[in-house]
Amino acid sequence: MRSKPVVLKVRAFMPDPSFLLIQSLSGLTYAMFLFLIASGLSLIFGVLGILNFAHGSLYMLGAYLTYQFVSQFIDAPGQFWWAVVFGSLSVALIGGVIERLFLRRLYIREELNQLLFTYALVLLISDFAKIIWGTGQLSVSRPAILKGAVPILGQYFPEYNIFVIALGPGIALLFWLILHHSRWGRIIRAAALDREMLGSLGVNVNWLFTVVFTIGAWLAGLGGALVSPIAAIVPGMDVEIIINAFIVVVIGGLGSFWGTLLGALILGQVISFGILVFPRLSMVFIYILMAVVLILRPWGLLGKPLQR
Amino acid sequence: MFKENWFLIAIIFLLALVPLSDSRFYIFLGTDILIMGLFAVSLNLLLGYTGLVCFGQAAYFGIGAYTYTLLMKKASFSFPFAFLAAPVFGAVAALIIGIFCIQRTKIYFAMLTLAFSQIVWAIVFKWNSLTGGDNGIIGIPFPQHLDSPTRFYYFTLVVVVFSFYIMRKAVNSPFGRMLTTIRENPERTEFIGINVKLFQLLAFMISGFFSAIAGALFAIFNHSVFPDLLFWPHSAEVLIMTLLGGMYSFFGPLVGAAVMLYLRMLVTSYTQYWPLIMGTILALLLFFFPGGIVGFLKTQRLFSREK
Repeated sequence: MRSKPVVLKVRAFMPDPSFLLIQSLSGLTYAMFLFLIASGLSLIFGVLGILNFAHGSLYMLGAYLTYQFVSQFIDAPGQFWWAVVFGSLSVALIGGVIERLFLRRLYIREELNQLLFTYALVLLISDFAKIIWGTGQLSVSRPAILKGAVPILGQYFPEYNIFVIALGPGIALLFWLILHHSRWGRIIRAAALDREMLGSLGVNVNWLFTVVFTIGAWLAGLGGALVSPIAAIVPGMDVEIIINAFIVVVIGGLGSFWGTLLGALILGQVISFGILVFPRLSMVFIYILMAVVLILRPWGLLGKPLQR
Repeated sequence: MFKENWFLIAIIFLLALVPLSDSRFYIFLGTDILIMGLFAVSLNLLLGYTGLVCFGQAAYFGIGAYTYTLLMKKASFSFPFAFLAAPVFGAVAALIIGIFCIQRTKIYFAMLTLAFSQIVWAIVFKWNSLTGGDNGIIGIPFPQHLDSPTRFYYFTLVVVVFSFYIMRKAVNSPFGRMLTTIRENPERTEFIGINVKLFQLLAFMISGFFSAIAGALFAIFNHSVFPDLLFWPHSAEVLIMTLLGGMYSFFGPLVGAAVMLYLRMLVTSYTQYWPLIMGTILALLLFFFPGGIVGFLKTQRLFSREK
């Protein structure tokens, strides 16, 4: 994390209840973005067994593409929302193409090769973004309906952030329902456990992998699209978010759905309050937390130990 | 073996002739390649020889660089002492971190090395009063007798060649064979009564030791140190160099470092989009030359022999 998280406002520390509430809401907003990105990362790792370094790059693409669509749809009604839909779907498409054309060929190789290929994607996407959108800071204005701020205990909190906080659990619930109460969800969970067996039962595992990677990419793209009105869209936002997303999945447990949510909530609050209480130590503390979890419970707080 | 040694002596001799070209460009490039080559070869002790994917090697490079810098600048140590303290600090850090990391395997090992290197980076980045934070430290005191590019090139050459000599001795010794055995099958090695974790820890320490030497050399070479030296993309970069050259040969990583740094020199004089080129090289490498440059050359030679 090189710069301060954008959703936070750093002020002098004072134990005022309304201020603490606002601060924890800021942390919650950031946690929802972390959750969107990390759940895609965790899904891809759980099913494909690939730790996708390029997930932060897909998130960045989501933000840039949303900016692009917003400037295309100027004066159209619901301009921002269409941009979010098209932006995130474009990222999903890009993810699907990457899996289909490239990643596919590396499944038979060692894990290191897959990891490094996703790192190659990080380099390529960051430079493509620089070529297309330049190195300056871009921004998207908040949608008209959510422009205001809500008074909470005498302080003002942006409506848009409240929308994000409400949306997060909605998406989490939707995903949980799909994963645990639908045929597709059953197949995805089965693929995470034993892909050969699933293949011999007649499921087209090749396509399943493409679908899962596309969904994961869509989640990252959606995160980027939704963060665009409250964050500066700059090169480097990919590298910043990916490490935090790694921390979230490590704390929660790689491949664990609720673990990812818990990890995101913890990290969101730690960043939000850590920066106030120990501005110097908060960043160190986050990495120590990651290391401690890996040492004591490598499968994460809510994950299950590997049987293998 | 014998033939190979003569070949290596010839290469060293050729490297010693580089300053005669009297071109600052080649002297600087040569120094850079030797330093990064040492860094990559030391990483490869873990990656290629022991089969441990370390994603936080930049930490030891950075610890070496900062140890040397701080001892010279803040503590006014004498040069030999500061220069020797760097690898010792690197090895001690690797020992402490390694004890935790080797408990884990595969992806979890990689993640844990990443977490620790990020801890070290965050400390360096945030400890303004000691490390200068984001601004780094510039104007590192410099021993008088190394005060010309040519002299420093020879100094680097001697240090790097000596380091390679020791590392090569180590990997060709029974100890090194044991590391390869562990790489091939850790479970079976454990079954025949070998303390696998101890060997992995020793490899981790040796690797940290030599990475720190590379870091200290880099600090002198660059006259400055920055927290970016410890940031994770630096770990990724040296991993790519190692892979580019070939992780299954001792000097592969050095070849990788040479090719990559030369290309970077070439490319950055035309365009600022070096990461684009590096990403493309990496992707091509993964798809078409999984054995790296040296691996590719070896298979070519094998084919011609079979014919």
